Amino acid sequence: MPRTDMMKEKGLTLVDAINEALYQEMERDERVVCLGEDVGLNGGVFRVTDGLQKRFGADRVVDTPLAESGIMGTAIGLAMGGMRPIPEIQFEGFLGPAYDQLTNHAARYRTRSRGAITVPMTVRVPVGGGIHAPELHSDSPESIYAHTPGLKVVMPCTPYDAKGLLLSAIRDPDPIVFFEPKRVYRSYREQIPEEEYTIPIGQAKVVSEGTDITVVSWGASVFECLAALDKLPEDVSAELIDLRTIYPIDQDTIIQSVLKTGRCVIVHEAPKTCGMGAELSAIIQEHCFLHLKAPVQRVAGFDTVMPYYKLELEYLPNAERIGEAIVQTLSY
Amino acid sequence: MPPRGVILGLFMAQMTTDTHSGAGLRKARTHRVSDALPGETLIGWLKDMLLIREFENRCAQAYQQAKIGGFCHLYTGQEAVAVGTIQSLERDDPIVTAYRDHGHALARGMDPGACMAEMFGKITGCAKGKGGSMHMFDKPNWLFGGHGIVGAQTPLGTGLAFAARYEWEVMGKPCPNPGVKPGDKPKKKVSLAYLGDGALNQGALHEAMNLAGLYSLPVIYVVENNGYSMGTAIERGTTMAHDLRKKADAYGIRGEIIDGFDVIDLYDDFKPVVDWCRENQRPAFVDLKTYRYLGHSMSDPQKYRTKEEVDQFKGKDSIDRLASQLMGERKGKDGKPILSETRFTEIQAEVKEAVRKAMDFAEESPTPEVEAELYSDVFINPQPNLSPTRDYIHGVKNPLL
Ligand SMILES: Cc1ncc(C[n+]2csc(CCOP(=O)(O)OP(=O)(O)O)c2C)c(N)n1
Ligand SMILES: [Mg+2]
Repeated sequence: MPRTDMMKEKGLTLVDAINEALYQEMERDERVVCLGEDVGLNGGVFRVTDGLQKRFGADRVVDTPLAESGIMGTAIGLAMGGMRPIPEIQFEGFLGPAYDQLTNHAARYRTRSRGAITVPMTVRVPVGGGIHAPELHSDSPESIYAHTPGLKVVMPCTPYDAKGLLLSAIRDPDPIVFFEPKRVYRSYREQIPEEEYTIPIGQAKVVSEGTDITVVSWGASVFECLAALDKLPEDVSAELIDLRTIYPIDQDTIIQSVLKTGRCVIVHEAPKTCGMGAELSAIIQEHCFLHLKAPVQRVAGFDTVMPYYKLELEYLPNAERIGEAIVQTLSY
Repeated sequence: MPPRGVILGLFMAQMTTDTHSGAGLRKARTHRVSDALPGETLIGWLKDMLLIREFENRCAQAYQQAKIGGFCHLYTGQEAVAVGTIQSLERDDPIVTAYRDHGHALARGMDPGACMAEMFGKITGCAKGKGGSMHMFDKPNWLFGGHGIVGAQTPLGTGLAFAARYEWEVMGKPCPNPGVKPGDKPKKKVSLAYLGDGALNQGALHEAMNLAGLYSLPVIYVVENNGYSMGTAIERGTTMAHDLRKKADAYGIRGEIIDGFDVIDLYDDFKPVVDWCRENQRPAFVDLKTYRYLGHSMSDPQKYRTKEEVDQFKGKDSIDRLASQLMGERKGKDGKPILSETRFTEIQAEVKEAVRKAMDFAEESPTPEVEAELYSDVFINPQPNLSPTRDYIHGVKNPLL
């Protein structure tokens, strides 16, 4: 939707930025279609698609029945037929019913048809904890989809990155799971260019440069890392990397950083076992072994089901836990 | 209004108490099963319905005061459905439901304190305060849970029916479950799988119904048809909304449309279905017309319906209706209405007090201890490595289980 005075003055939220990207891409390319539960008339559960149906009509911003498998499969069909569908799944837990279509079809069509048929689809999914919601509404399943050959997985955490990455995702010829950290949806504003711009998929971002230790994170945890960095002693120089794209992994940025610092802490909300932290630390030991001054540490969720409400903040990595891991790694 | 689509018609369906009702379909009754019920039983139903209404009112307040977090889907308006259907069952008939589950929990006999404590995220809650509003579990009362994935509970209800039929016909003895004593004979049971009208569109339901039809399982799919799936009116999301029985037909399942606004009528229509399913060990599907008065959850601007529509349904309130029946046409042996005004006032006060106590109990209960509860109940204790410290700490025993 066109910018409001509030946005002009205070900047855009993640929700605003995604909405703007959708709006601009729908203006530019008539093949772009949004579909999902209550995305039209009601503007989506998180109001991310607010105003789009009014502007683009009911055939382009499609209210669907409550049927994730059907939504995903239909989006795949639309994509195969030449369209640029953007299905919305209301919460990451509801990818469950759509899992078959996403992993067994969307992810494999290019391979299966040996390149003849592709699925240029961007699946938008709010992700992660921190909003007091129960399990299925707070999970972080990014490694499941990163582990699925044929899917790209993106998780921006700032309005600027969200807009640029979403525009790249929609234009990308392959299926992309676009995770939106719901804790950040309205908690952070920044001024971003009004005109369209893209950010390449597969490029991590160095948020702050440093020489003593590398901290890698993504999604809402990036903000926890920033808070942890703030509290470090003055003489510690930490480098913070926001992965932004979960897959394909930007190995170079991480390797270059760890070669320089010799230390790394990886932070994510997902359970520790088989989380992306495991993959990243394997990459680091493969490429930086002789440069490491300490074992790579992971600060992550636990191997339990995301608990409700009162225990939620104990589960999620927080600035304190991240700070401890950094200090430990530095003093190894 | 946004422009109507070429492929997709877009409209706001206006429901009325005439169009959204099962009353017109009711066959002329030769007799009512409810006639045999003692007056006290009906007064008990009224009390259950009042309890649910009051409980939900207090939940809304507590949510506003940020004592309840996350999601909270209130049952207000639908009370007759949980009470009327559950009263048609035996105590040990299993049930599963979706996330709008406080009403079922209370109607099934869950302690309001345990229910409220769960909402508050306290250790004394029915799921140790680790589940919240969507996850009411009460195994002793054969409530196998609220479920957050729309439609996913329906095959589980099918499986519960399979288990019951297996006990009765294959094993010849019941599984060790609450209330089962050694030497007990198996029973013919019926399981209830509640679902919202939105869940009609999920694949899981159709797979479940096909299985139930194929294997002849005693499960009843109870569609709590309140006309909306979040902001989507049923006609906008479901084919054959005007006659959902057709969906059951396709699976060889008995289908019924039942009016859910009068709990006694509901019972008179529903109880025979339960009896038939139990006797014949066959599945059924019930389109139960009801209405939710409040938003889908606590943050719902309700752009999809009009205030007039809501008011019209409120005018047909099932609690008012039952109260006036019991204080009017329903007479006892002495020829007087079975419920006096004084008694009604007393019951209202009792219910208020019970919910107030539940609030206090929830308020005063401790939150789950991090060390004991963050890692427990994932597997049977102990399992290494679930916690970052490598210690696995035994969970405290749930006081209710
Ligand atoms: C698989 C899945 N998709 C989406 C949701 C989000 N969601 C929760 S409730 C709901 C509407 C369900 O409506 P209905 O089944 O009619 O039940 P009601 O809310 O009316 O009781 C939706 C879309 C969900 N919980 N699970
Ligand atoms: Mg409904």
